[in-house]
Amino acid sequence: MTGQPLLRVEGITRTYGGRIGCTDVSFDLWPGEVMGIVGESGSGKSTLLGCLAGHLPPDEGRVIFDTRAEGPRDVMRMSEPERRMLGRTDWAFVHQNPRDGLRMGVSAGGNVGERLMAVGARHYGRIRDEALDWLTRVEIAADRIDDRPRQFSGGMQQRLQIARNLVTGPRLVFMDEPTGGLDVSVQARLLDLLRGLVRSMGLSAVIVTHDLAVVRLLADRLMVMKGGRVVEQGLTDQVLDDPQHAYTQLLVSSVLQV
Amino acid sequence: MIAVQDVSKSFTLHNQGSAVLPVMAGASLRVAPGECVGLIGASGSGKSTLMRMIWGNYRVDGGSIRVGETEVAGAEPRRIIALRRATLGYVSQFLRVVPRVPTLDVVADPLLALGLPEAEARDRAARMLTRLNIPDRLWPLSPTTFSGGEQQRVNIARGFINAWPAMLLDEPTASLDAANRAVVLALIAEAKARGAAILGIFHDEAARAEVCDRLVDVTGFSVLP
Repeated sequence: MTGQPLLRVEGITRTYGGRIGCTDVSFDLWPGEVMGIVGESGSGKSTLLGCLAGHLPPDEGRVIFDTRAEGPRDVMRMSEPERRMLGRTDWAFVHQNPRDGLRMGVSAGGNVGERLMAVGARHYGRIRDEALDWLTRVEIAADRIDDRPRQFSGGMQQRLQIARNLVTGPRLVFMDEPTGGLDVSVQARLLDLLRGLVRSMGLSAVIVTHDLAVVRLLADRLMVMKGGRVVEQGLTDQVLDDPQHAYTQLLVSSVLQV
Repeated sequence: MIAVQDVSKSFTLHNQGSAVLPVMAGASLRVAPGECVGLIGASGSGKSTLMRMIWGNYRVDGGSIRVGETEVAGAEPRRIIALRRATLGYVSQFLRVVPRVPTLDVVADPLLALGLPEAEARDRAARMLTRLNIPDRLWPLSPTTFSGGEQQRVNIARGFINAWPAMLLDEPTASLDAANRAVVLALIAEAKARGAAILGIFHDEAARAEVCDRLVDVTGFSVLP
C-alpha cells in the first residue's frame, strides 16, 4: 500500500459570477480506482469534472497528475500544448452526448483512427486494424467500420465514443453521465463493457452520474455533492448503505425499488 | 484474525427529526484462524449490523475492528478495497451483479481481481459451479434471471472461489435443498481446515451445530430497550 495517487485534487473552487459552481473540493484518486460523483442537477458535479479535465479553469485549487515521464505535475500550470497532449494520451473524456465526443461526419473507423494519428501513428493498415479491433471490443460489427456515427443508434454511438477514447490506452478516464439517455437494456450492456475495460486496462476513472445503481456497480468510491460542496465521501457501499449526511439519506431513500 | 474490540454504533436519521438511534455498544469478539464463530440473538439484535461493520459498509462509531493487519474502523476506502480483494470474503444474502454478465464470469470475478489468468479463473469457477449443482447450460446466462436458490448458490460459489483467510457468512444455507446444503457445509469445513477465520449468521440450527466452534450472543451488545 505504497506509491502515490494518480490524481491529487486540492481545494478546487469555481464560481460563475457570484454563484458557486463548486467549492473547496479535494480528494486523491489511486491507480485502478473508480470514483463516482453523484448529486442533483446544479450540484456542481459537472463543473467539477470540467475543472479536473482541464476544460474549465478553476478559480482556486490544484490538480496534480502523476505523469508517466515526469511524475506529479500541476495540470493547471502546464503549457497549453502539454495539456492537450495529456488529453490525447493519458487522459480520456467520455461525454454524456456522444455528439460532443465524436466527429459525426467521419466514419466509425476514422473516429477511432484519428486519436491514434493524433499521437503519431502513421501506418494506415495498422491504424485500420487497431480501429477494427476496438470496434469489436465495444461490440460494433466490423462491417460498420465505414459508416458514419449518425447512422448508429444512441447506444452504438456511446460505445464508439468509448472506443475512440480508450484506443490510446489512457490511464485516467473522465465520464459525464456515460449511461444517461440510454435505454436500460443498452445501459446494462454499456456498464458491463465499461467494467470489463476498467478491469483489463487497469484504468482509473471519475464518473459523474445521478444514477445510484450505476455507481453501486461501477464505482469503488463515491462522492456526494450538493450546492457545489462535497457533503459526504467514502467507500461506495458504505455511503449508500450507511449514509451519514441528511442529503445522502434523502437521496438513498428516494430511489425507487424495482 | 478477526478482532472486534468495544465497538459501538448508532444511526442518525436526519430526515426524521435527526433522531439518534444507538444500536450497539461494547461489542467485542475474536475469531482465530481455523475457527468458525456463530452470531446468535433475536431478529433486530444487531447480528447483521456487526457483520456489516466488519465488511466496512457500515461505519464504526467507536472501538476497533481488525481483520488481519487492517484496522477497518475509519479506514480509507482503498484499504477496505484491498482487504476485500485479498483477505476478507463475504457471502451475503443478496446477489448484486451487473446485468448481462454471465454466471461463470460473476463467479470468476474475485480471482480476476486478484490478477489470475482468465483461463484459470474460469476453470476454477466452472468447478465450483459444478460442485454447487448449477448446470453448465446456465453458465453463459446472467444470474439475475435465476431462481432464489440458484442465485444463492451463485453467491456462495463466488464467496468460496478464493481461499480468503477471513470470511463472513450471512445465512449461507438459507433457501437451499438438502444436497446443496451439504455442499455448503463441506465448503465451510474445508475453509476451516485450511485455516480460515469464519464469522457467520446461521438460522439453520443443525448447520450451526455442525460447523460452529463457538457462539456469540449479540443481545449483550445491543443498547435498544
